[in-house]
Formats: sequence, structure tokens, C-alpha cells
Amino acid sequence: MIITCPYCGPRDSSEFVYQGEDGRTRPDPASTDQAAWNAYVYDRVNTAGEHEEIWQHSGGCRAHLRLVRNTLTHKISSVSMARHATVPRRRRKAETPA
Amino acid sequence: MREYSAYMLLRNALTGNRDWKPAWRKPDPKPSYDVVIIGGGGHGLATAYYLAKEHGITNVAVIEKGYLGSGNVGRNTTAVRSNYLLPENHRFYEHSMDLWENLSHDLNYNVMFSQRGCLNLAHTPAQFDDYARRGNALRHEGIDAELMTPTQIAREVRGLDLSGSQRFPVVGGLMQRSAGTARHDAVAWGYARGADRRGVDIIENCEVTGFLRDGDRVTGISTTRGEIRAPKVAVAVAGSTSRVMQLAGIERLPIESQVLQAFVSESLKPVLDTVITFGMGHFYVAQSDKGGLIYGGALDGYNSYAQRGSLPLVEEVHAEMLAMFPGLASVRVLRSWGGICDMSMDGSPIITTGPLPGMYLNCGWCYGGFKATPASGWCFAHTIARDEPHPLNAPFTLDRFHRGMVIDDKGQGATPNLH
Repeated sequence: MIITCPYCGPRDSSEFVYQGEDGRTRPDPASTDQAAWNAYVYDRVNTAGEHEEIWQHSGGCRAHLRLVRNTLTHKISSVSMARHATVPRRRRKAETPA
Repeated sequence: MREYSAYMLLRNALTGNRDWKPAWRKPDPKPSYDVVIIGGGGHGLATAYYLAKEHGITNVAVIEKGYLGSGNVGRNTTAVRSNYLLPENHRFYEHSMDLWENLSHDLNYNVMFSQRGCLNLAHTPAQFDDYARRGNALRHEGIDAELMTPTQIAREVRGLDLSGSQRFPVVGGLMQRSAGTARHDAVAWGYARGADRRGVDIIENCEVTGFLRDGDRVTGISTTRGEIRAPKVAVAVAGSTSRVMQLAGIERLPIESQVLQAFVSESLKPVLDTVITFGMGHFYVAQSDKGGLIYGGALDGYNSYAQRGSLPLVEEVHAEMLAMFPGLASVRVLRSWGGICDMSMDGSPIITTGPLPGMYLNCGWCYGGFKATPASGWCFAHTIARDEPHPLNAPFTLDRFHRGMVIDDKGQGATPNLH
């Protein structure tokens, strides 16, 4: 699997560390909402198909990347900087409560 | 259906093998059953078998989207062991071992269970201490475990690099002699035949497309071969758990589906008579009766439903094999493949009633489901028949994650690609 890093160009997936599905937002650290913390730590959508996920280019520029990758075919359709995705991600989370 | 026996084998051999009958029927689905099991893999078939045998519930259908043995039961590396650290796992997997020991006789089907032992190599003194701790925990529960020195290992395993000059020298190992291997396809076929003989309908090439509901309660399933009603619907679909449960409106589970690759080499003369694992990475190998080395390593480490992996893991697995057995460098790889593992958040399975009324869930096997097949089916059948878990699977609930009762054998936390 080749991941095209926005900084470094096409690189082998072994240079990257997988950090799991995107869209999980850590509750406010001051929050004592047990259910929200449990859901954040343990629950996953586990999508079959177009999957939004976070990888870190730990063997390269160390940037955190947001990929859209099809879990049925491993085809990557989009790579962007994870921080650029932050705002729309939170908005989407708010629209569809867990 | 007739019993298999040495006499039958001989008679068929002498008459040209023309008299063998199919081992199970190919029935059309009936409109309703007492229990419907989704998933005709090892666990689903074992569940059907024990429902019929232990609980007298024979009006059962097993629904399989492909053909029997097309999923993980036909894709694993066949190792059977119970050398875990935590008591919940000890008791469950040791019950599985007890069932394995009599399985061929029980099923009247040779599953070729071979207790050839499983040896975990340690490469640092700290790891050896850790193995001693696990060995003590095992012996405390009455499970056999034996610490071995490199000298003892050298007497039992040929070809292993014990020179001490490698990057990760072998400082010892932990052996479970009652562990071993079984013929994976025979397990699926044996359970299928055993269930079929007791009246269970095994319906292949039938995919679930939705759940029939009466309010919250699940009352049946819709499939590519029509609707099937049942007051009890059991789900045992391993890597497809999230997909099937989403059909029932369960959007999130403590499961990630990830791909695990496995490999088999060309056939060799007998070189390895035990299951052996590398401690400084993730690698395990055994030799089949046909002569091929069956081996694998870690997960690829990302979400996947593709049943195939990528090349970095192929390279890593073979590097680890050659670190252990330099003499195997010229052996050719015959095949490789991938299976989809339902990785749970603590590395332990889920066998439970619910999460909806009328539903039963069996999942979270990570990449260790094959060894659990008999106990999984046995416990799941009990859970379905009695509407409550057996004490052996009572700890393996779905809500344990939210209750802080995780069973994390490896102490890895909620990182499914590292279990």
C-alpha cells in the first residue's frame, strides 16, 4: 500500500503508523461523563467501504494525516493534513450524536 | 447417516470409493426455526452442534453467505493452545482443550488433533521472567506449562538458531505440551456433519440482508433466500460482526476488523514437530501432516475487510522466520492469504445475550478464534438455550468495556491492532 504524503510524496505504508478511525473526538478533559469517555475509548463504527482514518508519517515528516481509504479494496482516495479536517469533523460529529 | 469407521474406510477403498455420501444435506430454508445462527464458520457450526447435542434443540438453521469453511475456519494457522495469563481465559480455553481432546471421537470425524506442544521463545531475561510468571499462573489453574533452557530446547527443536550470536538470542522458552494443531477444514466439516445428523439445517450461499423486528425484539432475519423467523437469532460472523450488527441498528461496537495474513511453504520432510513462536516480534510456525510449514505473524495493523494484506508484513514475517531458522532460507512459499479478524478492544472475546432482545452475539475473537471453536460453540449454545451465560463465558460480556471489567491478557489497552 502506497500512501501519498502531502509533504513527502508517495511512500510505502510501512513508514506510517495507523491511528484508527477518524471522527472520534476526545471529550473535554474536565468532563466526567462516563458514557462519553467509554464511547470514545472503546466504540468503533468499523466501516466496510470508504473509511476515514488517521495515520502518522512517523518514519518521515511525522505529520498526522487523514486518509479516506476503502476497507474493501485498500484503495486510498484522499490524503490530507489531519488538522485541516478538524473543523468539519467536529461539525459532523455534532450532527450525528453517538 | 452412517458412522464412519475403519471398516467403512476399508470397504470403500476396495470398491473404488463410489459409495461415499455427502456429509451434510443441502436443504432449502424453512419459514421458521427455534434458533437461527448467522455464520456457518467453526463457531456457528459448533454452536448448532452443541445446541442439538447438549440442549436437545434441533430445529435450528445455520445461515452461511458463502460455502462452509470459506471464512476464517479455513484460513487460520491451526494452532490450539490455552497458555493465557488471566484466569477467565485459562478456564475458558482449558475447557476448549478438554473438548478438543475428545473431539474426533465425539464427532465421529477425524479432526487430526495433534498435541505436539507449543513453545514460546524468550529472548531477554525479562521476557523469560514474564514467561515464568505466566507459566506459574497456568500451573496454578492446573494447566501444564514448562520452562525450558536453551539446552533443553536444542534437544527438541532442530534447526533453531541457538548460537547466541543473533540480534535476539534465545534465552529460554515456555512450553505447553498439551497444545498442538488440528485440521481446520475437518473441524468445520465435522461439526457440520454432526449438527446435520441431529437435524440442523445448514443453508449455504444465503446472505443475511436484514433483521425482522417487533419493536426492539429481533424476530427473525431476511436473507437472499427469503425471510426466516425465529425467536432466537444468534450472530457468529467474526470479521463481519460490525456489518451484520449494523443491519440490526447497532452502529458502534468495541470491534475493529483487521486483516491477518498466513502462509504455507512447499512440502518438506518432517523438520518441526511442535508449534513454535518467536518472542521478539510476532511469528508462529508449525508443520502440517502434508509437510508444508504453516506460519504467520502480526496483523497488517489497519482496518480491512479485503481478505488480503500488503507486502511489508510479508517481509517481516519471513525475516522473523529466518531469524529463528536460518536453514529455511531456500524453502519456497507456496501460498499466502488473508483473513478478517474481529479485533476486540481488550483482546478477549464476547459471548453474550443481546444486545437486543431475541439476539445473541459471539464475536471479538481477534486472531485466536480457531483454538476456541469447541468452547465457543459449547458456551454460546448454553447461552442461547438458557438465556444466560455459562459461568465459563459470563466474564465475556459486551458491556464489560463500559463497566471497567476488561480482560486484557496482554495489558495492551484499547489498541486492537496490537493485541
